[in-house]
Amino acid sequence: MTDNPQLSAAGELRHLLTLEGLPRDLIHALLDRAETFTAVADREVKKVPLLRGKSVFNLFFENSTRTRTTFEIAAKRLSADVINLNISTSSTAKGESLLDTIDNLAAMQADMFVVRHAASGAPFLIARHLAATGRDHIHVINAGDGRHAHPTQGLLDVFTIRHYKKDFEKLTVAVVGDILHSRVARSELFALATLGAREIRLIGPKTLLPLEAEKMIPNAPLSVYHDLAKGLVGVDVVMMLRLQNERMQGALLASREEYCKHWGLTPERLKLAKPDAIVLHPGPMNRGVEIDSAVADGPQAVILKQVTFGIAVRMAVMSWLAGGGA
Amino acid sequence: MNTPTLAPVAELIARLAASIRPRLSAHTRLVGIHTGGVWVAEALAKELGLPPPAAIDVSFHRDDHHLGNGLKQGGRASQLENVEGAPLLLVDDVLYTGRTVRAALNEIFDFGRPLRVDLAVLVDRGGRELPICAQFVAATLSLPPTQSLELMRDEEGRLSFCLQEK
Repeated sequence: MTDNPQLSAAGELRHLLTLEGLPRDLIHALLDRAETFTAVADREVKKVPLLRGKSVFNLFFENSTRTRTTFEIAAKRLSADVINLNISTSSTAKGESLLDTIDNLAAMQADMFVVRHAASGAPFLIARHLAATGRDHIHVINAGDGRHAHPTQGLLDVFTIRHYKKDFEKLTVAVVGDILHSRVARSELFALATLGAREIRLIGPKTLLPLEAEKMIPNAPLSVYHDLAKGLVGVDVVMMLRLQNERMQGALLASREEYCKHWGLTPERLKLAKPDAIVLHPGPMNRGVEIDSAVADGPQAVILKQVTFGIAVRMAVMSWLAGGGA
Repeated sequence: MNTPTLAPVAELIARLAASIRPRLSAHTRLVGIHTGGVWVAEALAKELGLPPPAAIDVSFHRDDHHLGNGLKQGGRASQLENVEGAPLLLVDDVLYTGRTVRAALNEIFDFGRPLRVDLAVLVDRGGRELPICAQFVAATLSLPPTQSLELMRDEEGRLSFCLQEK
């Protein structure tokens, strides 16, 4: 993305808006830093002072429990002051525009905005607005925008994969489910492609995959499968996506039961993957729809480790932005 | 540039060990500061017949993180256990402004409350910006701020000092 405001003229990461276009070295450096933060939770004092005196505003225009909570914990472990705004009950509900809300919060000496918004591009709009008004010392982290990107989720997914599998060049990764509407999938794919995964299989019904899905990411080793059993054969990593309930209403799918029958990850289907394959899911899970409970609670699932690692990854991103990068 | 005023590192370590030995308690534990301090602590542990030293990284407590100088070398977490009530000997290669030692003390206290912390360094180069001094010093130099003094380790594990204009 040429007009991406997340990198400064000197190539420093000022905001984290998307993983698209981030160099491999930078992604690895962020993951390395996250590694150092994983041990902070084991200390007598579970806090480090890197963001002491900084104010982090969690701006969630769309509901979230896991992402908002882990951002809050991450900011608190860095000693920041965290302000959670419940936007649905705030002035936005009274008609205030997004940028007016931002201006008001900036006037409260915000240092960082963590933004979740239903509109794709909202965090970009905020970052550009801050730059245009001479307040680009305030950092913006995209915590999920529409169908576009969820970069910290993408990072924590590749962190989890790196933790268990080390070498991306040897990995075949399956991404299963509603890839068309998933910002998580897009961020995962950019990260996997940049880190050099050997093969990435996009698996899902035709109605939930983009047209020409194999060209979603330029120069990435993508292949498309419309048969879950075929797609899972021999993979090292299975990344499940959440089936969003609203997709049922749009006539993209017949029913939850029908979806489960064809696209649910059952223990039998997981046996087609490598014996040591790991299973990821960004949550929240629909048990019995896209994933069977026996798999979700089984030995190959690393779903709760993703949640724990998510804290360290978000600490890495926040401290990186506040510290002016490396 | 060579360092004519400094003895070889092996000699400095022997000198430092000799000054520490009489003051060693049965429970003293060495704690090296990444990276040079860990090398010195490892060498001291051998000389003094102590177990391998703990290693700490002070990045989390640096005072210049907001200036973009913190956490540049990722990937090293502090390895420190059973700090509570322990007599610690903090080890670094060069003592300069004192800011690293200040950060190291904060890092140590994140793991518990030690009985006491002493400081041993190979070289005190002057230029303190904080009220910090070392109990054990192998050599004292007075270097201008335009010069940097850094401990290096070659592939065979030999240590040497490198003095450079910044």
